[in-house]
Amino acid sequence: MGKRIGMEVAIAVAEAVGLCDIDMAAVYPITPQSHIAEHLSDLVANGEIDAEFVTVESEHSAMSAVIGASGAGARAFTATSSQGLMLMHELLPIASAMRLPICMAIANRAVSGPLNILNDHTDIMPQRDCGWIALFVENGQEAIDLSIQAFKIAEHKDVMLPVCVNIDGFQLTHMVEPFEMPSKEEVDKFLPPFVPHATLHPAKPVTMGAFAMSDYFTEIMKAKDEALKSSKKVILEVWDEWAKLFGRSYKPVETYKADDADVLMLTMGSMGETAQMAIDELRAKGVKAGLVKLRMWRPFPFEEIKAAIKNAKKLIVTDRAITFGGPGGPVFAEIKSAMCTETQRPLIYNYIYGLGGRDVPVGDFVGMFEKVLADTENKAVGTYEFWGVRE
Amino acid sequence: MIEVRWHGRGGQGAVTSVELLAVSAIAAGKYAQGFPSFGPERRGAPVAAFTRIDDKKINVRSGIYKPDVVLVLDSSLIGLVNVTEGLKPDGKLIVNTHKTPEEIRKALNYTGTLAIVDGTGIARKEMGVPIANTTMIGALLKVIGVMELDAMKDAIEHRFGRIAQKNLNAMKRAYDEIKIYN
Amino acid sequence: MSLKTWKELPIGCVVSDPGSASEYHTGSWRSQRPTWDNAKCIKCGICYIYCPEGCVQQTEDGFFQADLDYCKGCGICAHECWPRAIKMEEE
Repeated sequence: MGKRIGMEVAIAVAEAVGLCDIDMAAVYPITPQSHIAEHLSDLVANGEIDAEFVTVESEHSAMSAVIGASGAGARAFTATSSQGLMLMHELLPIASAMRLPICMAIANRAVSGPLNILNDHTDIMPQRDCGWIALFVENGQEAIDLSIQAFKIAEHKDVMLPVCVNIDGFQLTHMVEPFEMPSKEEVDKFLPPFVPHATLHPAKPVTMGAFAMSDYFTEIMKAKDEALKSSKKVILEVWDEWAKLFGRSYKPVETYKADDADVLMLTMGSMGETAQMAIDELRAKGVKAGLVKLRMWRPFPFEEIKAAIKNAKKLIVTDRAITFGGPGGPVFAEIKSAMCTETQRPLIYNYIYGLGGRDVPVGDFVGMFEKVLADTENKAVGTYEFWGVRE
Repeated sequence: MIEVRWHGRGGQGAVTSVELLAVSAIAAGKYAQGFPSFGPERRGAPVAAFTRIDDKKINVRSGIYKPDVVLVLDSSLIGLVNVTEGLKPDGKLIVNTHKTPEEIRKALNYTGTLAIVDGTGIARKEMGVPIANTTMIGALLKVIGVMELDAMKDAIEHRFGRIAQKNLNAMKRAYDEIKIYN
Repeated sequence: MSLKTWKELPIGCVVSDPGSASEYHTGSWRSQRPTWDNAKCIKCGICYIYCPEGCVQQTEDGFFQADLDYCKGCGICAHECWPRAIKMEEE
């Protein structure tokens, strides 16, 4: 077991990636991701890791470069935020269709406009359907652990898909906090060398990203969907192995005092730990409150989420993004659709909060519970509300 | 848990101080967080930075609104920024200034615990620069007492290399010279 | 040729058989074919450079001809040939 050390989380993520024998990284700096790019380029420049750091002129180029490198058989890494991720968008489905196990750290930040550099999930949500495995973390330790696990998951022969690890910008990336950093030896033991499914090599030429018309397109989409769905099995295996090696266990859906809870809240990302404190406050007042934390966004863990929430009377889904003119928050829409065929299910409420970095203290979480519990006539069930918006 | 809010100006090293303090507290076996006020950074503009230190795991990730301690790195911020905002009734205010406690109390209309040291004067004498961020860590540790001054040594040496000792000397002087007025 | 099912597709639809496009004889699309008048040809090779299919070849005597398995009859060679040595003829 490693020693507990203190470090800024973004720097620690770069350190963790540096333990993974990456062959190349192409990262374009953007707040709040920049410290990852800067520190990784330091590690390369100082000769601490043997990798190419490709300086690119945009995030579109960064993603293009890692696609090319991964196609050539390199273990490739990139990182971005917000507008950078939006600029990568065009290439994200190509990376997954070509089944390239690229790993990306996303320091989640609000998408413009108006220009805002702070944290929410409006950057990752538009990438939902790009065929990437998408995982969320709630503290620095998880950011480090999942950044390492991502390579093993992505490169597993039954997966071969890109993985993005979502790390809340500022709230996590700019926080100096304690965690255990695995040693190089431990990571070497955990992470086998990358064996690509095919490589671009002059000695054995192949074509990647070939044209496909209507006669094959449907089959290709079906194959990609199945690959993403079946990746869950591998992710669970990797998490089991991690727990054995490092003593820290991960689940697609984590719960806190949820077993006997009448009213549950669901969070994703760094809000989980603060919400946990609200649960403790409510429990002290005699309210049977509990928390469900969604770690795995894609593939979506249907069974685990159903099991976690079905027994509650009410469920508050919190979202840090909105589908404008649609059903509310994207997580809310997902949970509703997951539960619509279940006979036993809670009444579901939705609060959209923490947009563009707006702080959500413990009292706000308590307030959400109190508001939902006060809705005795169930008038607000199935609707969404912008928490704390000035009317 | 102790929650500290630091007030400084962009470039005065408040963020560096909260980082060094958190790293050192963690190395000393505590749990800690150090973080800036999130947003764009501009030299000279008023900035805040935050420290949380506890003996057990810290879960809260929201901002600090009711600090136990406020540390003012630059007394020219008094009157410009409401430095005592949200300070707990039994909280402590630490000011880097050469002014008298009466002058500070009057300027802030503040009657609570006040601790004063001329950090900038110490920094100028010990390091030859008027940058008091590391110096004031000594002042803070005297007031909050959660760990020994020696616990800062490794982080300061790692960060400042050959000028580390000067920083440590300045920190020690602030620790010794700060005066607390209840 | 029967089409593959989704389960039979290679991972990432990688085409692992190099040069397999040569099995597709695009010459079947042609409605006009280029013919060379070697009396006018100055062997400059501009037809060879401009052919978008890469199907114009130089013969041993230095003149040019199209590989009709792949020549689509686009006429670019004839358009570019400034001594006007190439004519497009109906198939």
